[in-house]
Amino acid sequence: MNVSDQIRTTASDIFGLPADKITLTSTPEVIDTWDSLQHLNLVLALQQKFDVRFAPEEIEQMTSIGDVIKLVESKVQATPS
Amino acid sequence: MATENTLRDLRGEVDRLLEGQQWAPAAVRLGELWYADSSLGTAGFVISGFEKLRDTIAMVPFRLAILRSFTVEPIVPLLRAEAFCFGIDLSVHVGDFNAYAQEILDSESSFYRFAPNAMILAIQTGDIAPDLGRDYAQLSEEAAKKAGQRVSDGLQLYMREFRTRSPAALIVHNLEQPTRLAFGVLDSQRPPSQAEVVRQVNRDLVSSAGQMRGVYVLDYDQLVARHGRLRWCDEHMWLTARLPLAADQMIHLAREWMRFLVPLSGKTAKALVVDLDNTLWGGVIGEDGMTGIKLSAEYPGAAYQALQRAMLDLTRKGILLAICSKNNPDDAREVLEKHPGMLLRTKHFAAMRISWNDKSQGLREIASELNIGIDSLAFVDDNPFEREQVRSFLPEVIVIDLPQDPLQYAAVIRDHPAFERLTLSAEDQQRTTFYAEQHERAQAEQKFQSKEDFYRFLEQEAEITPVTPATLARISQLTQKTNQFNLTTRRYAEPQISEMSANPACQVLSIRVRDRFGDHGLVGVSITRDEGETCEIDTFLLSCRVIGRTVETALLAHLSDQAIARGRKQLVGWFFPTKKNAPARDFYKQHGFDMARRNGDGALWVLGLAKQRIASPEWVKLVTGNGGNH
Repeated sequence: MNVSDQIRTTASDIFGLPADKITLTSTPEVIDTWDSLQHLNLVLALQQKFDVRFAPEEIEQMTSIGDVIKLVESKVQATPS
Repeated sequence: MATENTLRDLRGEVDRLLEGQQWAPAAVRLGELWYADSSLGTAGFVISGFEKLRDTIAMVPFRLAILRSFTVEPIVPLLRAEAFCFGIDLSVHVGDFNAYAQEILDSESSFYRFAPNAMILAIQTGDIAPDLGRDYAQLSEEAAKKAGQRVSDGLQLYMREFRTRSPAALIVHNLEQPTRLAFGVLDSQRPPSQAEVVRQVNRDLVSSAGQMRGVYVLDYDQLVARHGRLRWCDEHMWLTARLPLAADQMIHLAREWMRFLVPLSGKTAKALVVDLDNTLWGGVIGEDGMTGIKLSAEYPGAAYQALQRAMLDLTRKGILLAICSKNNPDDAREVLEKHPGMLLRTKHFAAMRISWNDKSQGLREIASELNIGIDSLAFVDDNPFEREQVRSFLPEVIVIDLPQDPLQYAAVIRDHPAFERLTLSAEDQQRTTFYAEQHERAQAEQKFQSKEDFYRFLEQEAEITPVTPATLARISQLTQKTNQFNLTTRRYAEPQISEMSANPACQVLSIRVRDRFGDHGLVGVSITRDEGETCEIDTFLLSCRVIGRTVETALLAHLSDQAIARGRKQLVGWFFPTKKNAPARDFYKQHGFDMARRNGDGALWVLGLAKQRIASPEWVKLVTGNGGNH
């Protein structure tokens, strides 16, 4: 599974939605369960999954699944594994 | 760490099993998935899986309230997933942010209405005692001492107020040491040192908790230290979300909470059954021989000695040990008796099944020999095939997985919540000896022609006394753990026992049994309540160690004599059948009671005291005392 698929799986776990309902353009406006608490859970779940940390500014900028994927990909590529 | 593909495959398998309504195998795979990846995302999947099957397998419902000074919400899914894997269906109520004080003091607050089985007070130094943390350097000597005292007094007040309003168990975090001391290396020379003030608060907390029933201290400082203070906290998360734990540390707090919740929900193991080859020692005795197996104080044998030491420590908590191994019995016995590296000897094992039979069969026999339920057995084996076999044939058994590295074996046993105990009675610490004496009794019994001769030979003495502060914990423990000879299976926490003993219409009695082979300790409880002309038996239970030797009749006879002495006209008692209490089913009938009515599965039995009294067996010497409380 690539990073993008893993993020969609994680988001579907956190928001309690089937993975095919999570697209690049999914935002808190479209996903009812994407409130501030689930946003925190999503951030923590991604930190656990990819062993990365996010600055508070980055957390605020995660306003769509597409943004989240871009941000995580940039971090995962920056760290050699 | 499992690969993404393994996780995806496991999820696929869970989905297929759920689809096919194969509930028990689905539960096993969900557990496997959870231990392969204990992350928040997987927690969501695991919880929704268990929610689909929770009504089909034996789950204990448990209500937990968490009052807190910091953000705990992201930890709750981890806790619920973990709890499901232990067979506990957890409902969690989280109190308002940093509102623990008001909520405890307000009897009307929503968490009292939630009626929890347990409450966790999740607090940390930075929130409840900033004076002792970041502001410490600015305090005068006098002010520093007062600050510590104020925190201790506050915590004591909250615990006491909670106790007057709720019978639930209470788990309180102690205070963690600051990661960096305000005065640096000078701290220990300054009176009062910052570290010492925090230690004093923690000592005060333990002593206040010790004076109350059902209040337990979670050593949060030790937990944070174990995982490393610097790694524990994520400063960004703390400042933006008031979450003091880094994402990868949250699971450790969830698991520490489980070490309390597992014993509180009764999901504990009474016995640990171990394999021998490559578990208790390295190598295979049948092939490597006495000199070839790895077992010594040096590497690699030290790993197995460490496991044996962990098991030896369990016996001090009252957990029995047993062996279930596919082996030649003579080879195994030679190691147990003669190998210089063994810390565990034959006398430490309450039961042994060493043969070439299926392990699930061996485990069944061990449970029946020890007179405990199958679900009270924990099983550890290095061989995944054996573990899988036991999981499929005996899903009730607590099967413990071992990691690849034998040096980790001891830690797995020491960290497993099924071996946690919240209180320890004198009986617990003696249990391995009790079982050794039991073997002698069984051998003696065979020499006698009649049961009566054997009973006379035993010289049993039953001491029946009202509950005292010293026996309260054991009495509560017996109501929670006794499954077989238990007529009503009513579980009581310590505060509830305490409440009943204070009620003049109630009699809470305990029975201690001794015989020529030794002291069984405190092994039975009866609770009766007078109402009008009737004395009702609320609870009547005896440990399986002593049943079938007529002390149960002695206790019942005592209850009837006492009821007559108090002027009651009839003695009544319910029998509620459970999966396990068949040994108690005919108890009232055998003692001349008549069935008065049925209610569902339960039956109410009545004995008219005017025309009938129960004779105490002549061979049981009865000693009655006042426990000092009545």
